[in-house]
Amino acid sequence: MAGDIQVKRRRFLAGAAAAAAGAALPSRSQEVQDITPMLDKITRGVRPQRSGVEIELPQIAENGNSVPMRIRVASPMSAEDHVKAIYIFAERNPRPLIATFHLGPHSGRAEISTRVRLAGTQRVTVLAELTKDRFLVGPADVLVTSAACMDEATL
Amino acid sequence: MLLGRIQVPPSVRRGEAFEVRILVEHPMETGFRRDMNGQSIPVYIVNKLSCRYAGYEVFSAELGTGMSANPYMAFFAVAESSGEVAVEWSDDRGATGRVTAMLNVT
Amino acid sequence: MSLSRVLRSAFLVPLVVTAQTPQPLKSGIEFQSADVRALQADAFGNPGMLWVERGAALWNAPRGERNISCASCHGDATASMKGVAARYPAFLASLGRVANVEQRINACVVDNQKAVALPYESPELLALTAFRQSRGQPIAARADGAAAALLEEGARIYHRRQGQLNLACTSCHDASWGRTLLNEKVSQGHPADWPAYRFEWQALGSLERRLRACYFGVRAELPPYGSPDLLALQVYLAQRAAGLVSDPPGVRR
Repeated sequence: MAGDIQVKRRRFLAGAAAAAAGAALPSRSQEVQDITPMLDKITRGVRPQRSGVEIELPQIAENGNSVPMRIRVASPMSAEDHVKAIYIFAERNPRPLIATFHLGPHSGRAEISTRVRLAGTQRVTVLAELTKDRFLVGPADVLVTSAACMDEATL
Repeated sequence: MLLGRIQVPPSVRRGEAFEVRILVEHPMETGFRRDMNGQSIPVYIVNKLSCRYAGYEVFSAELGTGMSANPYMAFFAVAESSGEVAVEWSDDRGATGRVTAMLNVT
Repeated sequence: MSLSRVLRSAFLVPLVVTAQTPQPLKSGIEFQSADVRALQADAFGNPGMLWVERGAALWNAPRGERNISCASCHGDATASMKGVAARYPAFLASLGRVANVEQRINACVVDNQKAVALPYESPELLALTAFRQSRGQPIAARADGAAAALLEEGARIYHRRQGQLNLACTSCHDASWGRTLLNEKVSQGHPADWPAYRFEWQALGSLERRLRACYFGVRAELPPYGSPDLLALQVYLAQRAAGLVSDPPGVRR
């Protein structure tokens, strides 16, 4: 019994050392990235208006693994004038573009709810793409805390 | 087949926007986690989801690793006629899922 | 008067309330943020419901050499299993031992379905325990008779300092509940609402998994799943939380 525990301990320590020695994969990014180039790629130079995007996010998220979000964009959602897509960016996430949602004139409302992962306290940016080459953008700041008692998680 | 849940209102008036709620069972592995032996756990996510109703694709999404595990989404669609609301999704290993709900339009 | 004498005295068994047991009893959900409380209450969006749905399907799935499902013997779970899990851990005469829900399910799987036991924390065992039909019901386990020895052992473990941080369960969950540790409010440490979906795990997990995480929290050796220590603790915790409403699947940060 004790022998098993010793073997497991050795393997765990070896694994931890291997992980610490440097990984082939990037560790979770805690650095804020400039997401402007990513926005520009979508807007293709059109300047987004800083209005019309409402983001509901908790001020404090107790766990970055699952943060609820509700996004509302003011729009008649008619055939000629509607939100075509909503993009969610998290500047501290290792992959800042979290998701892209496509809507249309059959949506009725430009309103989305979801749950996202946030790698630490940061600003979330929502970009809305509308018909006629228009864009709206809105920010939301979230304080993300982590567990007081660190967990085994993978054990 | 991947497991999922769908919810639509019990009934809705024609022309009104109604909310579709969807919950999909999936670990949404980011590719950044490591197991006890230091081995990285490969990326494994639902990357596409779409909803069809009344002959239209009323919603679709491209999802990344920044979505929480067991992804949840809610969106709206305009009620046209009574019929099936169908949500389909697929992950980056080719597995697919589909759930439907009957919408009653008055 | 030693704790052991208190527990043994006929007047107080199975009453386990000590001077330190929190009053009033508060479920762990009361120490979670507003959006976690809302998610647990969301009958659709609560991620634990994915496991409940799987459990419902597994209930009807034939298994083992006898190729029978749970439903073959137990029929409609909403009737036959109503309130059952709320009485666990329990001494089972048929097994001659105290068992928690996971162990009870596996006893059926092995003895009646003639199948291989479902491993702890396997998707199947989690789904079946999540499918329990004791939701919104008070914890009502008994710890008299053959379970009394385990109850005493559980009380001892609960009050024993352990781990590199040299803390006992009581140090936080009796003496410091409601106070802030780092950025979280310390709960009273009750087993209500388990099994639960934990954001930390991004999955549903059992009460034993949560207890092992507590051991990890104080940097103590984790007892193996199904170990006598964990069972003793569960017996004690159920008594300590007697009457507290449990509403699984819970959601926790």
